[in-house]
Amino acid sequence: MSASMTQTATDAMPGLQARSAETLNPARISVRKLDFYYGDHKALKSIDFDLPDRQVTGMIGPSGCGKSTLLRVLNRMYSLYPGQRATGEVLLDGKNILDDDVDINALRSRVGMVFQKPTPFPMTIYENIAFGIRLHEKLSKAQMDERIEWALTRAAIWGEVKDRLNSSAMGLSGGQQQRLCIARTIAVRPEVILLDEPTSALDPISTLKIEELIDELKRDFTIAIVTHNMQQAARCADQVAFFYLGELIEVAPAEEMFTAPKQKKTQEYITGRFG
Amino acid sequence: MEDTLQSEHIVKSYEEQLKRLRDMVARMGGLAERQVADAAAALIRRDTELASAVVGRDGEIDALETEIENFCVRLLALRQPMAADLRLIVAAMKVSTDIERIGDYARNAAKRAIVVSQQPQLGSLNGFQWMAKLVQENLKDAIDALVKEDANAAERVWGADAPVDDIYNGIFREMLTHMMEDPRNITAATHLLFIAKNFERIGDHATNIAETVHYAVLGHMLPEDRPKSDSSAYTVVRPPV
Repeated sequence: MSASMTQTATDAMPGLQARSAETLNPARISVRKLDFYYGDHKALKSIDFDLPDRQVTGMIGPSGCGKSTLLRVLNRMYSLYPGQRATGEVLLDGKNILDDDVDINALRSRVGMVFQKPTPFPMTIYENIAFGIRLHEKLSKAQMDERIEWALTRAAIWGEVKDRLNSSAMGLSGGQQQRLCIARTIAVRPEVILLDEPTSALDPISTLKIEELIDELKRDFTIAIVTHNMQQAARCADQVAFFYLGELIEVAPAEEMFTAPKQKKTQEYITGRFG
Repeated sequence: MEDTLQSEHIVKSYEEQLKRLRDMVARMGGLAERQVADAAAALIRRDTELASAVVGRDGEIDALETEIENFCVRLLALRQPMAADLRLIVAAMKVSTDIERIGDYARNAAKRAIVVSQQPQLGSLNGFQWMAKLVQENLKDAIDALVKEDANAAERVWGADAPVDDIYNGIFREMLTHMMEDPRNITAATHLLFIAKNFERIGDHATNIAETVHYAVLGHMLPEDRPKSDSSAYTVVRPPV
Protein backbone atom coordinates (compact mmCIF):
# COMPACT_ATOMS: atom_id res chain seq x y z
CA MET A 1 0.00 0.00 0.00
CA SER A 2 2.14 2.84 -1.21
CA ALA A 3 1.08 6.41 -0.58
CA SER A 4 3.08 7.62 -3.56
CA MET A 5 1.09 5.37 -5.85
CA THR A 6 -2.17 6.80 -4.56
CA GLN A 7 -0.79 10.27 -5.14
CA THR A 8 0.07 9.53 -8.75
CA ALA A 9 -3.30 8.00 -9.45
CA THR A 10 -5.07 11.05 -8.03
CA ASP A 11 -2.86 13.44 -9.96
CA ALA A 12 -3.89 11.79 -13.18
CA MET A 13 -7.57 12.44 -12.44
CA PRO A 14 -8.23 16.13 -11.94
CA GLY A 15 -11.88 15.49 -11.13
CA LEU A 16 -10.88 13.47 -8.11
CA GLN A 17 -8.07 15.69 -7.06
CA ALA A 18 -10.37 18.68 -6.75
CA ARG A 19 -12.04 17.02 -3.79
CA SER A 20 -9.05 16.60 -1.50
CA ALA A 21 -8.52 18.83 1.51
CA GLU A 22 -5.83 21.10 0.09
CA THR A 23 -7.84 22.10 -2.93
CA LEU A 24 -10.85 23.82 -1.39
CA ASN A 25 -10.97 27.43 -2.56
CA PRO A 26 -11.21 30.43 -0.22
CA ALA A 27 -14.71 31.16 1.10
CA ARG A 28 -17.28 32.99 -1.00
CA ILE A 29 -19.92 32.78 1.70
CA SER A 30 -19.07 32.52 5.38
CA VAL A 31 -21.75 31.45 7.82
CA ARG A 32 -21.02 32.48 11.40
CA LYS A 33 -22.95 31.52 14.55
CA LEU A 34 -26.16 31.30 12.57
CA ASP A 35 -29.34 30.53 14.50
CA PHE A 36 -32.68 30.27 12.76
CA TYR A 37 -36.18 30.24 14.21
CA TYR A 38 -39.58 29.25 12.86
CA GLY A 39 -41.54 31.14 15.53
CA ASP A 40 -40.30 29.63 18.78
CA HIS A 41 -38.80 26.57 17.17
CA LYS A 42 -35.05 26.79 16.72
CA ALA A 43 -34.32 25.07 13.41
CA LEU A 44 -30.63 25.89 13.06
CA LYS A 45 -28.22 25.96 15.98
CA SER A 46 -25.04 28.01 15.81
CA ILE A 47 -23.99 27.02 12.32
CA ASP A 48 -20.42 27.88 11.33
CA PHE A 49 -18.90 27.04 7.98
CA ASP A 50 -17.68 28.38 4.64
CA LEU A 51 -18.86 27.82 1.09
CA PRO A 52 -15.74 27.75 -1.07
CA ASP A 53 -15.69 30.03 -4.10
CA ARG A 54 -16.60 28.43 -7.45
CA GLN A 55 -16.96 24.98 -5.94
CA VAL A 56 -19.90 22.81 -5.00
CA THR A 57 -20.98 22.36 -1.40
CA GLY A 58 -23.32 19.42 -0.88
CA MET A 59 -25.65 19.52 2.12
CA ILE A 60 -26.91 16.19 3.40
CA GLY A 61 -28.87 14.94 6.39
CA PRO A 62 -32.19 13.33 7.24
CA SER A 63 -35.47 15.18 6.64
CA GLY A 64 -35.97 18.04 9.05
CA CYS A 65 -32.26 18.40 9.80
CA GLY A 66 -32.18 22.03 8.68
CA LYS A 67 -30.36 21.77 5.37
CA SER A 68 -33.17 23.30 3.27
CA THR A 69 -33.70 25.93 5.97
CA LEU A 70 -30.07 26.92 5.65
CA LEU A 71 -30.46 27.22 1.88
CA ARG A 72 -33.47 29.51 2.42
CA VAL A 73 -31.35 31.70 4.69
CA LEU A 74 -28.61 32.10 2.10
CA ASN A 75 -30.86 34.21 -0.16
CA ARG A 76 -33.21 35.53 2.55
CA MET A 77 -36.10 33.50 1.16
CA TYR A 78 -37.38 33.27 4.74
CA SER A 79 -37.91 37.06 4.86
CA LEU A 80 -41.12 36.48 2.89
CA TYR A 81 -42.62 34.76 5.92
CA PRO A 82 -43.49 36.50 9.16
CA GLY A 83 -42.33 34.76 12.31
CA GLN A 84 -39.19 33.41 10.72
CA ARG A 85 -35.92 35.00 11.72
CA ALA A 86 -32.19 34.44 11.60
CA THR A 87 -29.45 35.69 13.91
CA GLY A 88 -25.71 35.54 13.45
CA GLU A 89 -23.88 36.34 10.24
CA VAL A 90 -23.96 35.20 6.64
CA LEU A 91 -21.12 37.04 4.94
CA LEU A 92 -21.22 37.33 1.15
CA ASP A 93 -18.05 39.04 -0.02
CA GLY A 94 -17.66 40.34 3.53
CA LYS A 95 -21.15 41.88 3.85
CA ASN A 96 -23.66 40.38 6.28
CA ILE A 97 -26.74 39.60 4.18
CA LEU A 98 -28.87 39.26 7.30
CA ASP A 99 -28.56 43.01 7.96
CA ASP A 100 -31.77 45.05 7.68
CA ASP A 101 -30.32 47.41 5.09
CA VAL A 102 -29.75 44.64 2.54
CA ASP A 103 -31.64 45.10 -0.76
CA ILE A 104 -33.36 41.75 -0.95
CA ASN A 105 -34.13 41.92 -4.67
CA ALA A 106 -30.52 42.72 -5.46
CA LEU A 107 -29.43 39.91 -3.14
CA ARG A 108 -31.63 37.40 -4.93
CA SER A 109 -30.09 38.33 -8.25
CA ARG A 110 -26.70 37.58 -6.72
CA VAL A 111 -27.84 34.40 -5.00
CA GLY A 112 -30.18 32.41 -7.25
CA MET A 113 -32.28 29.42 -6.23
CA VAL A 114 -33.54 26.35 -8.09
CA PHE A 115 -36.22 24.25 -6.46
CA GLN A 116 -37.05 20.57 -6.18
CA LYS A 117 -39.89 20.64 -8.67
CA PRO A 118 -39.29 22.52 -11.91
CA THR A 119 -41.17 25.82 -11.70
CA PRO A 120 -41.46 27.19 -15.23
CA PHE A 121 -43.76 30.20 -15.61
CA PRO A 122 -46.77 29.66 -17.88
CA MET A 123 -45.14 31.66 -20.68
CA THR A 124 -42.92 31.00 -23.66
CA ILE A 125 -39.44 29.58 -23.17
CA TYR A 126 -37.99 32.94 -24.20
CA GLU A 127 -40.14 34.90 -21.77
CA ASN A 128 -39.29 32.55 -18.92
CA ILE A 129 -35.68 33.66 -19.18
CA ALA A 130 -36.32 37.29 -20.13
CA PHE A 131 -38.69 37.85 -17.21
CA GLY A 132 -36.03 37.74 -14.52
CA ILE A 133 -33.52 39.74 -16.52
CA ARG A 134 -35.99 42.60 -17.03
CA LEU A 135 -36.40 42.91 -13.24
CA HIS A 136 -32.76 43.82 -12.87
CA GLU A 137 -31.47 45.15 -16.16
CA LYS A 138 -32.55 47.14 -19.21
CA LEU A 139 -31.30 45.37 -22.30
CA SER A 140 -31.83 46.04 -26.00
CA LYS A 141 -33.60 43.32 -28.01
CA ALA A 142 -30.24 42.18 -29.44
CA GLN A 143 -28.61 42.12 -26.03
CA MET A 144 -31.56 40.25 -24.61
CA ASP A 145 -31.44 37.65 -27.40
CA GLU A 146 -27.77 37.21 -26.80
CA ARG A 147 -28.19 36.85 -23.02
CA ILE A 148 -30.97 34.30 -23.46
CA GLU A 149 -28.92 32.21 -25.84
CA TRP A 150 -26.00 32.44 -23.41
CA ALA A 151 -28.12 31.32 -20.44
CA LEU A 152 -29.77 28.46 -22.33
CA THR A 153 -26.40 27.34 -23.67
CA ARG A 154 -24.80 27.38 -20.23
CA ALA A 155 -27.76 25.39 -18.93
CA ALA A 156 -27.14 22.80 -21.67
CA ILE A 157 -30.60 23.10 -23.19
CA TRP A 158 -30.06 25.55 -26.08
CA GLY A 159 -29.80 22.81 -28.69
CA GLU A 160 -33.11 21.33 -27.59
CA VAL A 161 -35.14 24.59 -27.53
CA LYS A 162 -33.53 26.99 -29.97
CA ASP A 163 -36.14 26.25 -32.64
CA ARG A 164 -39.09 26.70 -30.33
CA LEU A 165 -38.25 29.66 -28.12
CA ASN A 166 -41.76 30.99 -28.59
CA SER A 167 -43.53 27.79 -27.54
CA SER A 168 -44.82 27.38 -24.02
CA ALA A 169 -42.30 26.19 -21.44
CA MET A 170 -45.01 23.93 -20.04
CA GLY A 171 -44.54 21.62 -23.04
CA LEU A 172 -40.98 20.71 -22.05
CA SER A 173 -40.13 17.45 -20.26
CA GLY A 174 -39.40 17.54 -16.52
CA GLY A 175 -35.65 17.39 -17.08
CA GLN A 176 -35.82 20.15 -19.70
CA GLN A 177 -37.99 22.29 -17.42
CA GLN A 178 -35.42 21.96 -14.64
CA ARG A 179 -32.59 22.98 -16.96
CA LEU A 180 -34.77 25.90 -18.10
CA CYS A 181 -35.13 26.93 -14.45
CA ILE A 182 -31.36 26.76 -14.07
CA ALA A 183 -31.02 28.90 -17.23
CA ARG A 184 -33.47 31.39 -15.71
CA THR A 185 -31.39 31.49 -12.54
CA ILE A 186 -28.05 32.04 -14.27
CA ALA A 187 -29.52 34.53 -16.79
CA VAL A 188 -29.28 37.30 -14.19
CA ARG A 189 -25.63 36.37 -13.75
CA PRO A 190 -25.64 35.53 -10.03
CA GLU A 191 -22.54 34.73 -7.99
CA VAL A 192 -24.08 31.90 -6.04
CA ILE A 193 -26.58 29.23 -7.11
CA LEU A 194 -28.62 27.35 -4.55
CA LEU A 195 -30.13 24.04 -5.64
CA ASP A 196 -32.76 22.44 -3.42
CA GLU A 197 -32.95 18.75 -4.38
CA PRO A 198 -32.90 19.74 -8.04
CA THR A 199 -33.10 16.21 -9.41
CA SER A 200 -35.43 14.43 -6.99
CA ALA A 201 -38.31 14.68 -9.48
CA LEU A 202 -36.23 13.64 -12.50
CA ASP A 203 -35.37 10.38 -14.23
CA PRO A 204 -31.76 9.05 -14.04
CA ILE A 205 -30.66 10.42 -17.42
CA SER A 206 -32.04 13.90 -16.77
CA THR A 207 -30.40 13.68 -13.34
CA LEU A 208 -27.02 12.94 -14.88
CA LYS A 209 -27.47 15.86 -17.30
CA ILE A 210 -28.12 18.22 -14.38
CA GLU A 211 -25.10 16.84 -12.51
CA GLU A 212 -22.95 17.32 -15.59
CA LEU A 213 -24.30 20.86 -15.79
CA ILE A 214 -23.44 21.55 -12.15
CA ASP A 215 -19.89 20.43 -12.84
CA GLU A 216 -19.76 22.82 -15.77
CA LEU A 217 -21.36 25.75 -13.90
CA LYS A 218 -18.98 25.66 -10.97
CA ARG A 219 -16.30 27.23 -13.15
CA ASP A 220 -18.21 30.49 -12.83
CA PHE A 221 -20.55 30.09 -9.89
CA THR A 222 -20.39 29.12 -6.26
CA ILE A 223 -22.91 26.34 -5.79
CA ALA A 224 -24.76 24.85 -2.82
CA ILE A 225 -26.87 21.76 -3.37
CA VAL A 226 -29.22 20.08 -0.95
CA THR A 227 -29.67 16.42 -1.80
CA HIS A 228 -31.04 13.24 -0.29
CA ASN A 229 -29.01 11.21 -2.70
CA MET A 230 -25.68 10.40 -1.12
CA GLN A 231 -24.16 9.22 -4.38
CA GLN A 232 -25.19 12.49 -5.96
CA ALA A 233 -23.40 14.44 -3.25
CA ALA A 234 -20.37 12.21 -3.77
CA ARG A 235 -20.47 12.80 -7.53
CA CYS A 236 -21.08 16.55 -7.53
CA ALA A 237 -19.72 18.11 -4.38
CA ASP A 238 -16.24 19.32 -3.56
CA GLN A 239 -17.23 19.85 0.03
CA VAL A 240 -20.00 18.12 1.96
CA ALA A 241 -21.79 19.30 5.10
CA PHE A 242 -23.80 16.89 7.23
CA PHE A 243 -26.67 18.30 9.30
CA TYR A 244 -28.63 16.61 12.05
CA LEU A 245 -31.40 18.10 14.20
CA GLY A 246 -30.46 21.64 13.25
CA GLU A 247 -26.77 21.20 13.95
CA LEU A 248 -23.86 21.04 11.58
CA ILE A 249 -22.27 17.75 12.63
CA GLU A 250 -19.39 17.66 10.18
CA VAL A 251 -18.13 19.48 7.12
CA ALA A 252 -15.27 18.10 5.04
CA PRO A 253 -14.01 17.64 1.49
CA ALA A 254 -16.26 15.12 -0.26
CA GLU A 255 -13.54 12.52 -0.58
CA GLU A 256 -12.90 12.55 3.15
CA MET A 257 -16.58 12.62 4.01
CA PHE A 258 -17.45 9.52 2.02
CA THR A 259 -14.35 7.44 2.71
CA ALA A 260 -13.45 8.36 6.27
CA PRO A 261 -15.84 10.71 8.09
CA LYS A 262 -14.64 11.79 11.52
CA GLN A 263 -17.93 11.83 13.41
CA LYS A 264 -19.74 8.64 14.39
CA LYS A 265 -23.10 10.20 13.53
CA THR A 266 -21.95 11.05 10.01
CA GLN A 267 -20.58 7.56 9.56
CA GLU A 268 -23.86 6.01 10.65
CA TYR A 269 -25.92 8.25 8.40
CA ILE A 270 -23.94 7.85 5.21
CA THR A 271 -23.61 4.10 5.60
CA GLY A 272 -27.37 3.80 6.12
CA ARG A 273 -27.37 2.96 9.80
CA PHE A 274 -29.92 5.61 10.71
CA GLY A 275 -31.86 8.38 9.02
CA MET B 1 -14.75 5.48 16.30
CA GLU B 2 -11.74 3.41 17.18
CA ASP B 3 -12.35 -0.11 18.43
CA THR B 4 -16.11 0.23 18.40
CA LEU B 5 -18.20 -2.10 16.35
CA GLN B 6 -20.76 -0.34 14.23
CA SER B 7 -24.41 -0.22 14.97
CA GLU B 8 -26.79 -2.23 12.82
CA HIS B 9 -27.52 -1.32 9.26
CA ILE B 10 -31.10 -0.35 8.42
CA VAL B 11 -31.04 -2.82 5.56
CA LYS B 12 -30.67 -6.15 7.34
CA SER B 13 -29.59 -8.15 4.32
CA TYR B 14 -26.74 -5.70 3.74
CA GLU B 15 -25.60 -6.16 7.34
CA GLU B 16 -25.69 -9.91 6.84
CA GLN B 17 -23.69 -9.66 3.64
CA LEU B 18 -20.99 -7.61 5.34
CA LYS B 19 -20.85 -10.17 8.13
CA ARG B 20 -20.59 -12.94 5.56
CA LEU B 21 -17.70 -11.11 3.93
CA ARG B 22 -15.84 -10.86 7.24
CA ASP B 23 -16.49 -14.55 7.87
CA MET B 24 -15.14 -15.53 4.46
CA VAL B 25 -11.93 -13.56 5.02
CA ALA B 26 -11.57 -15.07 8.49
CA ARG B 27 -12.04 -18.55 7.05
CA MET B 28 -9.49 -17.90 4.33
CA GLY B 29 -7.06 -16.57 6.92
CA GLY B 30 -7.60 -19.66 9.06
CA LEU B 31 -6.84 -21.94 6.13
CA ALA B 32 -3.64 -20.03 5.37
CA GLU B 33 -2.53 -20.18 9.03
CA ARG B 34 -2.93 -23.93 8.98
CA GLN B 35 -0.98 -24.21 5.70
CA VAL B 36 1.91 -22.23 7.18
CA ALA B 37 1.91 -24.32 10.36
CA ASP B 38 1.75 -27.60 8.46
CA ALA B 39 4.45 -26.59 5.98
CA ALA B 40 6.75 -25.81 8.89
CA ALA B 41 5.84 -29.02 10.72
CA ALA B 42 6.42 -31.07 7.56
CA LEU B 43 9.87 -29.52 7.22
CA ILE B 44 10.88 -30.03 10.83
CA ARG B 45 9.54 -33.61 11.08
CA ARG B 46 10.67 -34.56 7.53
CA ASP B 47 7.06 -35.60 6.97
CA THR B 48 6.52 -35.85 3.20
CA GLU B 49 2.92 -36.94 3.58
CA LEU B 50 1.99 -33.80 5.47
CA ALA B 51 3.96 -31.73 2.95
CA SER B 52 1.98 -33.27 0.07
CA ALA B 53 -1.25 -32.55 1.91
CA VAL B 54 -0.26 -28.86 2.15
CA VAL B 55 0.46 -28.76 -1.58
CA GLY B 56 -2.91 -30.36 -2.32
CA ARG B 57 -4.91 -27.99 -0.11
CA ASP B 58 -3.80 -24.73 -1.73
CA GLY B 59 -6.65 -24.90 -4.24
CA GLU B 60 -9.16 -24.26 -1.43
CA ILE B 61 -7.51 -20.93 -0.65
CA ASP B 62 -7.44 -19.92 -4.30
CA ALA B 63 -11.12 -20.77 -4.65
CA LEU B 64 -11.98 -18.65 -1.61
CA GLU B 65 -10.06 -15.73 -3.04
CA THR B 66 -12.15 -15.88 -6.20
CA GLU B 67 -15.32 -16.17 -4.16
CA ILE B 68 -14.43 -13.15 -2.01
CA GLU B 69 -13.50 -11.08 -5.03
CA ASN B 70 -16.76 -11.83 -6.83
CA PHE B 71 -18.73 -11.14 -3.67
CA CYS B 72 -16.99 -7.77 -3.19
CA VAL B 73 -17.63 -6.72 -6.77
CA ARG B 74 -21.29 -7.61 -6.28
CA LEU B 75 -21.50 -5.59 -3.06
CA LEU B 76 -19.83 -2.60 -4.70
CA ALA B 77 -22.22 -2.71 -7.62
CA LEU B 78 -25.42 -3.36 -5.72
CA ARG B 79 -24.92 -1.50 -2.42
CA GLN B 80 -22.77 1.47 -3.42
CA PRO B 81 -21.09 1.34 -0.04
CA MET B 82 -19.77 4.42 1.74
CA ALA B 83 -17.26 5.18 4.49
CA ALA B 84 -16.47 2.24 6.82
CA ASP B 85 -18.49 -0.22 4.69
CA LEU B 86 -16.60 0.84 1.58
CA ARG B 87 -13.29 0.54 3.37
CA LEU B 88 -14.16 -2.92 4.67
CA ILE B 89 -15.05 -4.19 1.20
CA VAL B 90 -11.93 -2.76 -0.41
CA ALA B 91 -9.87 -4.15 2.46
CA ALA B 92 -11.41 -7.60 2.05
CA MET B 93 -10.37 -7.62 -1.61
CA LYS B 94 -6.81 -6.60 -0.81
CA VAL B 95 -6.47 -8.92 2.16
CA SER B 96 -7.74 -11.89 0.18
CA THR B 97 -5.01 -11.24 -2.41
CA ASP B 98 -2.40 -11.19 0.35
CA ILE B 99 -3.72 -14.40 1.88
CA GLU B 100 -3.77 -16.10 -1.51
CA ARG B 101 -0.10 -15.22 -1.92
CA ILE B 102 0.65 -16.48 1.58
CA GLY B 103 -0.97 -19.77 0.57
CA ASP B 104 1.33 -19.94 -2.47
CA TYR B 105 4.40 -19.39 -0.30
CA ALA B 106 3.28 -22.10 2.12
CA ARG B 107 2.73 -24.51 -0.76
CA ASN B 108 6.16 -23.72 -2.17
CA ALA B 109 7.76 -24.25 1.24
CA ALA B 110 5.99 -27.61 1.50
CA LYS B 111 7.19 -28.70 -1.96
CA ARG B 112 10.75 -27.87 -1.00
CA ALA B 113 10.34 -29.61 2.35
CA ILE B 114 9.79 -32.83 0.39
CA VAL B 115 13.13 -32.37 -1.40
CA VAL B 116 14.90 -31.35 1.80
CA SER B 117 13.63 -34.47 3.59
CA GLN B 118 15.53 -36.59 1.08
CA GLN B 119 18.81 -34.78 1.75
CA PRO B 120 21.19 -35.10 4.71
CA GLN B 121 20.12 -33.05 7.74
CA LEU B 122 21.78 -29.62 7.87
CA GLY B 123 22.13 -28.56 11.48
CA SER B 124 19.19 -27.50 13.57
CA LEU B 125 15.95 -26.24 12.08
CA ASN B 126 15.00 -24.27 15.19
CA GLY B 127 15.18 -20.99 13.31
CA PHE B 128 12.61 -22.21 10.80
CA GLN B 129 10.29 -23.41 13.50
CA TRP B 130 10.54 -20.13 15.33
CA MET B 131 10.09 -18.06 12.19
CA ALA B 132 7.04 -20.03 11.08
CA LYS B 133 5.53 -19.59 14.54
CA LEU B 134 6.06 -15.81 14.47
CA VAL B 135 4.59 -15.25 11.00
CA GLN B 136 1.69 -17.55 11.77
CA GLU B 137 0.91 -15.51 14.89
CA ASN B 138 1.17 -12.26 12.97
CA LEU B 139 -1.12 -13.58 10.30
CA LYS B 140 -3.67 -14.70 12.88
CA ASP B 141 -3.51 -11.40 14.76
CA ALA B 142 -3.90 -9.40 11.52
CA ILE B 143 -7.00 -11.36 10.49
CA ASP B 144 -8.44 -11.16 14.02
CA ALA B 145 -7.89 -7.39 13.91
CA LEU B 146 -10.00 -7.24 10.75
CA VAL B 147 -12.80 -9.29 12.23
CA LYS B 148 -12.80 -7.30 15.51
CA GLU B 149 -12.16 -3.94 13.78
CA ASP B 150 -9.20 -3.43 16.11
CA ALA B 151 -6.78 -0.85 14.68
CA ASN B 152 -4.41 -1.07 17.66
CA ALA B 153 -3.96 -4.80 17.17
CA ALA B 154 -3.33 -4.19 13.47
CA GLU B 155 -0.69 -1.61 14.28
CA ARG B 156 1.04 -4.04 16.67
CA VAL B 157 1.28 -6.66 13.91
CA TRP B 158 2.54 -4.03 11.51
CA GLY B 159 5.44 -3.22 13.86
CA ALA B 160 6.20 -6.83 14.79
CA ASP B 161 7.95 -8.10 11.67
CA ALA B 162 11.52 -7.17 12.64
CA PRO B 163 12.22 -10.40 14.64
CA VAL B 164 11.18 -12.40 11.57
CA ASP B 165 13.71 -10.50 9.49
CA ASP B 166 16.39 -11.10 12.12
CA ILE B 167 15.86 -14.85 12.08
CA TYR B 168 15.87 -14.81 8.29
CA ASN B 169 19.21 -12.98 8.26
CA GLY B 170 20.62 -15.60 10.64
CA ILE B 171 19.41 -18.48 8.46
CA PHE B 172 20.79 -16.79 5.35
CA ARG B 173 24.29 -16.61 6.84
CA GLU B 174 24.07 -20.11 8.25
CA MET B 175 23.12 -21.62 4.88
CA LEU B 176 25.92 -19.80 3.07
CA THR B 177 28.31 -21.21 5.61
CA HIS B 178 27.02 -24.77 5.11
CA MET B 179 27.45 -24.40 1.38
CA MET B 180 31.01 -23.16 1.71
CA GLU B 181 31.91 -25.94 4.09
CA ASP B 182 30.81 -28.73 1.78
CA PRO B 183 29.41 -28.44 -1.75
CA ARG B 184 27.26 -31.51 -1.06
CA ASN B 185 25.16 -29.30 1.20
CA ILE B 186 24.24 -26.99 -1.65
CA THR B 187 21.01 -28.72 -2.69
CA ALA B 188 19.52 -28.81 0.80
CA ALA B 189 20.87 -25.39 1.76
CA THR B 190 19.46 -23.74 -1.35
CA HIS B 191 16.03 -25.22 -0.79
CA LEU B 192 16.17 -24.23 2.87
CA LEU B 193 17.14 -20.70 1.87
CA PHE B 194 14.07 -20.49 -0.36
CA ILE B 195 11.91 -21.91 2.41
CA ALA B 196 13.23 -19.26 4.78
CA LYS B 197 12.55 -16.62 2.14
CA ASN B 198 9.01 -17.99 1.77
CA PHE B 199 8.37 -17.58 5.48
CA GLU B 200 9.92 -14.13 5.44
CA ARG B 201 7.62 -13.11 2.58
CA ILE B 202 4.63 -14.53 4.44
CA GLY B 203 5.56 -12.22 7.31
CA ASP B 204 5.64 -9.26 4.92
CA HIS B 205 2.19 -10.11 3.62
CA ALA B 206 0.91 -10.33 7.19
CA THR B 207 2.12 -6.75 7.71
CA ASN B 208 0.41 -5.74 4.47
CA ILE B 209 -2.79 -7.19 5.84
CA ALA B 210 -2.26 -5.26 9.07
CA GLU B 211 -1.81 -2.01 7.13
CA THR B 212 -4.99 -2.65 5.17
CA VAL B 213 -6.93 -3.47 8.33
CA HIS B 214 -5.68 -0.31 10.01
CA TYR B 215 -6.95 1.72 7.06
CA ALA B 216 -10.26 -0.13 6.99
CA VAL B 217 -10.91 0.59 10.65
CA LEU B 218 -9.64 4.17 11.01
CA GLY B 219 -9.69 5.53 7.47
CA HIS B 220 -6.10 6.73 7.34
CA MET B 221 -2.88 5.02 6.34
CA LEU B 222 0.00 3.97 8.54
CA PRO B 223 3.30 5.71 7.70
CA GLU B 224 5.11 4.37 4.67
CA ASP B 225 8.24 3.36 6.57
CA ARG B 226 7.70 0.18 8.52
CA PRO B 227 10.32 -1.01 11.04
CA LYS B 228 12.45 -3.49 9.05
CA SER B 229 15.65 -5.35 9.67
CA ASP B 230 16.19 -7.63 6.68
CA SER B 231 19.83 -7.01 5.76
CA SER B 232 20.41 -10.22 3.79
CA ALA B 233 20.35 -8.24 0.55
CA TYR B 234 23.70 -6.72 1.56
CA THR B 235 25.28 -9.82 3.08
CA VAL B 236 28.63 -11.06 1.81
CA VAL B 237 30.31 -14.15 3.25
CA ARG B 238 34.01 -14.73 2.47
CA PRO B 239 35.07 -18.28 1.51
CA PRO B 240 37.64 -19.96 3.80
CA VAL B 241 41.19 -19.36 2.57
